[in-house]
Amino acid sequence: MDLALKIWRQAGPDTPGEFATYIVREVSEEASFLEMLDQLNEDLNNQGEEPIAFDHDCREGICGMCGVMINGDPHGPQSGTATCQLHMRKFKNGDTITVEPWRASAFPVIKDLVVDRSPFDRIIEAGGFISINTGAAPDANIISVPKEAADSAMNAAACIGCGACVAACPNSAANLFTAAKMQHLNLLPQGQPERWTRAVAMVETMEEYFGSCTNHGECEAACPKNISIDFIAWMNRDYVKAQFKNVAKASQ
Amino acid sequence: MTATKRSPVQTRSGWREWLGGFFTSSVGLKWIMAITGIGLLGYIAAHLFGNLKIFTGTDAAGNYYIDLYSEALWHLGGHLFPEGFLLTVLRVGLAAAFILHIWAAAVLTKRNRVARGSTRYRASRNWAASNYASRTMRFGGVIILLFLLYHLADLTFGWANPEFHHGDVFDNMIASLSRWPVAVLYMVANVALAFHIYHGTWSLFRSLGTANPRYDPFSRGFATVFAAAILVGNLSIPIAILAGWV
Ligand code: HEM
Ligand code: FES
Repeated sequence: MDLALKIWRQAGPDTPGEFATYIVREVSEEASFLEMLDQLNEDLNNQGEEPIAFDHDCREGICGMCGVMINGDPHGPQSGTATCQLHMRKFKNGDTITVEPWRASAFPVIKDLVVDRSPFDRIIEAGGFISINTGAAPDANIISVPKEAADSAMNAAACIGCGACVAACPNSAANLFTAAKMQHLNLLPQGQPERWTRAVAMVETMEEYFGSCTNHGECEAACPKNISIDFIAWMNRDYVKAQFKNVAKASQ
Repeated sequence: MTATKRSPVQTRSGWREWLGGFFTSSVGLKWIMAITGIGLLGYIAAHLFGNLKIFTGTDAAGNYYIDLYSEALWHLGGHLFPEGFLLTVLRVGLAAAFILHIWAAAVLTKRNRVARGSTRYRASRNWAASNYASRTMRFGGVIILLFLLYHLADLTFGWANPEFHHGDVFDNMIASLSRWPVAVLYMVANVALAFHIYHGTWSLFRSLGTANPRYDPFSRGFATVFAAAILVGNLSIPIAILAGWV
């Protein structure tokens, strides 16, 4: 199929960007969206033009590096799918596809479609971990976990940190990312000792960079891992509870 | 925004710090919006319950029930309190809830503007999950506020109603709402209110953190039924007066 691509080009963080239109010919239906961009970049290279910068790594939907707005949808038209796993059979010959980077104050454009998502790292540093002594691997299943909690924690842990939730949110809130990263630990026994400090630290770090949730649900719809906004509610609950728990902890 | 990362030991340093951290955080402000929202929803329901007495006519002595209801509000608590005392307490509480609700909305809106910033999407984008109600909370809120000010001037204080007589609730309502531009204004404002509470009544469970997959259909259904009931009830009054049914 032949396609017209309207792609955001921006030389650097401080230069203004604009859309440029390119034609790509004979794109295979089996190509992934990123392979289609590779094809365009080869053409651009051959013509001596600057190829389009875009983030990617695993190309199998697990690293969270890829992610762009495709025709106004984060990660494109197919729900529950990262850009790298979106296939060109979702488009038709002759389509014009608009590709734009994630937009949020916290995610400045570095170049073309690449944005700086390091505020996510700050949130993880604030509490997205558990503190344990390393050493020999502990026995598996030595700590019992209720099945429901394990399933729920697994659903939250599916977050790949791509930033689609922020990109989709009218308020540029990172509540879905933060909630997923918080709740996959807070739901498990291993996460309990730091649960209440984690809740406060992660929420307050998040709020240094991102907007606040108005429960639109756009993030859930955009999430390539279909993570539920219920986790946001549970993060809110933990944040409120933490105000009391952190006071009472010393005497527990 | 607060950049402090508090350890539990620092958190114990006193209620001031506790108050500061929570009530300046966006999650905390949403919590305030939800709590005050519940208060406002309760008020809206009680207010409608009272107003529907316009349809119940007069008692044997020829007093309109809605006038008696208004008088009863002044005597809330019977002889336990001076006349108007509990009503004043309720009014002050209601005003406080309104002010906190709007204050939190303003602070959060400002933060969200900063977070979205100048970095809007240049191409059009699709909405996948949000709805008209959720996207017009701020705009609708401002409409409600402006209407509220008019409404107080019209039927509480009577400044906007030339034929206003304190205590004659029935006559005041008829005098005001039989002017069709006023009736239309009331209807438009109540549609805006219904959209606001349709999203708000669902959203508050999430802001408070009580949402759970098992209850979600319930909270959706509750929000829909509640908003619809308030809408139908509130619209029935200007419509009935305009049509001359009361
Ligand atoms: C009687 C009138 C009102 C009622 C019953 C009401 C009720 C509610 C409720 C229940 C919520 C949900 C809170 C949450 O998400 O946790 C809400 C949110 C909100 N309200 Fe109101 N409210 C009223 C008036 C106003 C006014 C006058 C304004 C502004 C001038 C306003 C602005 C907002 C905004 C901006 C939100 C946030 C929406 C969101 O975060 O999704 N409201 N309201
Ligand atoms: S490239 Fe790794 S998730 Fe898409």
